[in-house]
Amino acid sequence: MSTKILAVEDDELIRTAVRLALEDEGWEVEEAASGEEALNAFTRAPADVVLIDIMLPGINGFDVCRAIRRTSDVPIVMVTARVDTHDVVAGLEAGADDYLTKPFAPKELSARIRALLRRARTSEAGTRHFAFGALEIFPEEGVVRVDDSEVHLTKTEFRLLVELGSSPGRVLSREFLLDQVWGHGYFGDGRLVDVHIRRLRTKIESDPANPRHVITVRGLGYKLQG
Amino acid sequence: MRPRTRPRGWGVRPRPRTRTRRLGLRTRITLAFALGGLALSSTISVATLALTRQYLLEEREQTSFTVFVNNGRRVRNELTAETDDEGRRAIVERLGQASGTFPLLFVEDTWTAAEPLVFDGESVPAPLRELVAAGTPGRMRASIGGGPAIVSAVLIQGSGVAAIYYEAAPLNDIQDTLDALAAILFGVAAVTTLLAAATGWWAVRRMLQPLAEVRAAAESLAAGALDTRLDSPSDADLASLSASFNEMAQALEDRIERDNRFASEVSHELRSPLMTLIASVEVLANSRGELSERGRTALDLLAADIARFKQLVEDLLEISRYDVGTAALHNESIDVVEFVQQTIASQARDDVEFAPDPAADGTTLSADKRRLAQVVSNLIDNAAKYGGSKIVVGIERKPNQVLLSVEDDGPGVAPEERRVIFDRFNRGKLSRRRGRAGGSGLGLALVAEHVDLHRGRVWAEDRPDGADGARFVVELPVPATEEAPS
Repeated sequence: MSTKILAVEDDELIRTAVRLALEDEGWEVEEAASGEEALNAFTRAPADVVLIDIMLPGINGFDVCRAIRRTSDVPIVMVTARVDTHDVVAGLEAGADDYLTKPFAPKELSARIRALLRRARTSEAGTRHFAFGALEIFPEEGVVRVDDSEVHLTKTEFRLLVELGSSPGRVLSREFLLDQVWGHGYFGDGRLVDVHIRRLRTKIESDPANPRHVITVRGLGYKLQG
Repeated sequence: MRPRTRPRGWGVRPRPRTRTRRLGLRTRITLAFALGGLALSSTISVATLALTRQYLLEEREQTSFTVFVNNGRRVRNELTAETDDEGRRAIVERLGQASGTFPLLFVEDTWTAAEPLVFDGESVPAPLRELVAAGTPGRMRASIGGGPAIVSAVLIQGSGVAAIYYEAAPLNDIQDTLDALAAILFGVAAVTTLLAAATGWWAVRRMLQPLAEVRAAAESLAAGALDTRLDSPSDADLASLSASFNEMAQALEDRIERDNRFASEVSHELRSPLMTLIASVEVLANSRGELSERGRTALDLLAADIARFKQLVEDLLEISRYDVGTAALHNESIDVVEFVQQTIASQARDDVEFAPDPAADGTTLSADKRRLAQVVSNLIDNAAKYGGSKIVVGIERKPNQVLLSVEDDGPGVAPEERRVIFDRFNRGKLSRRRGRAGGSGLGLALVAEHVDLHRGRVWAEDRPDGADGARFVVELPVPATEEAPS
């Protein structure tokens, strides 16, 4: 069965054109013209990836995103108005994994989706498990435990954590993380990393304001420690 | 303040010159006040002088007449037929010393005058002599001994002798008094004139003060500070002026904001059809092989112009953020050499050589990555479009700045175009001759805006090695604390 994308966009012409282009890329596409329609469709049959335009009539894109996040860790790509608006951070904080600005090339969207669907990098040398004090990561199983209780992470959060865990104690730059986790390279938006790190901390740190595991190194990047 | 980004038609027009150079309002009013003061004070002075003079003279005439009558009486009493020359001289001397006048006696064709000889028969005005000879006493003003005097005369008939007694009372002291008074009045008039001029100058200054404020506000508006307003003064006359000015400024600001918002909204609206176009042309391109030769050509044209359209819309959106004032920096710490290297690599061109000065290694600065990357890539695009075949990108480290340069071997930029080249939709004369050069026409304008937002400078110049070509330089400030490693 092919991967199914739920595309939420109120403009019919755009929606149709994007569907055609994404189908050419080999994805199965389900269309939704509004937030309500999207949530109904997702409840009926969850898609593998959701593409949401933030500017929707009725329930806006942020709310659709939050509603989906409550029940699912499906990769979500937001379509925002501009790069340098608060929309980007708001969308990421609402639970989006990545974002694009309109107009974008469908091929670019496909590349983003493929990156989001990649499995976490399996560790070399057969390491099956990283431990950082009370924090344990099992890359193969896709499981994270804090104090022996399992923590639920999205795919992107998990891959970010595994990336940090594979180089214990080493500072990883935003550019490196963007490249490894999102496939964005040097000119990716550092805010993607920052917002995901923030979300990760609320899930695995006992005090997210004073993190013990995911440490910010000013001007350089992030590192994971025990 | 960014003069080059001013909307069209919004420049300061040179003031039209009047044909004849007229005096300024301030000079004219000051002069009018001075002339008024002068006229008033001199009228008062002249009148005062005339009245004083008349009063003093009348009084003096009165007293000198009394003295003259007394002296005349004494002469009549003392003069007899026997009085000889010596006796007459003695009378005259006595009278002269006693009253401070110049007596003169005319007896039987002989003049007897007092010493020193100031007043003699020659000095007596002829009309007076005739008058008194006819028997009428008289009085006349005359110049005696070089000074003004009153000459009185009377015929004395007594003791068998007929004589005419003259007496000259000098008016020198009155003249001195009047001269002193005139000097004082002249001084007062001069001071009054100066004071009037000063008052005029001050009054004009006060009067023009609000105009000076209006001028400053208008200049600030013209320079682009659209929120400039005048304080409303307490004076009702001036309040209407400032109210009108502020209304005009508000209308202007609204209008420009509306224009700016319009550009921003139009480009926002254009994104939706553009999105459909981009996705559709991609679908068409996927089935390119199924198209006829003509269809493929049409598809290529469509794809190329959609790409250009996309660039234009994106650049318009970007630049309209500056116009509506929502452009904000997302600064990150970047390593300049690595950053420029990456930007050049992302452009995937083979005609760009990167030659950073080794001294610039390790220079970090705080910048908005996306915008700075656009600066570098737009300059490289510009060099490729208008320049020649080889582009050299350099980085130089200065104590407090880092210089980014993009050099080409094209025809260069004429000195008169080096400023306007950063204006919107200004592609320069040369490129227009070359026809459709591509690009949005906003590339360099965006460079200027981005650099400005980073508090840097950008300019075009000749190549330092003297060869043909242009060199664009971006100067960005580096915090003084971040020293380049030695």
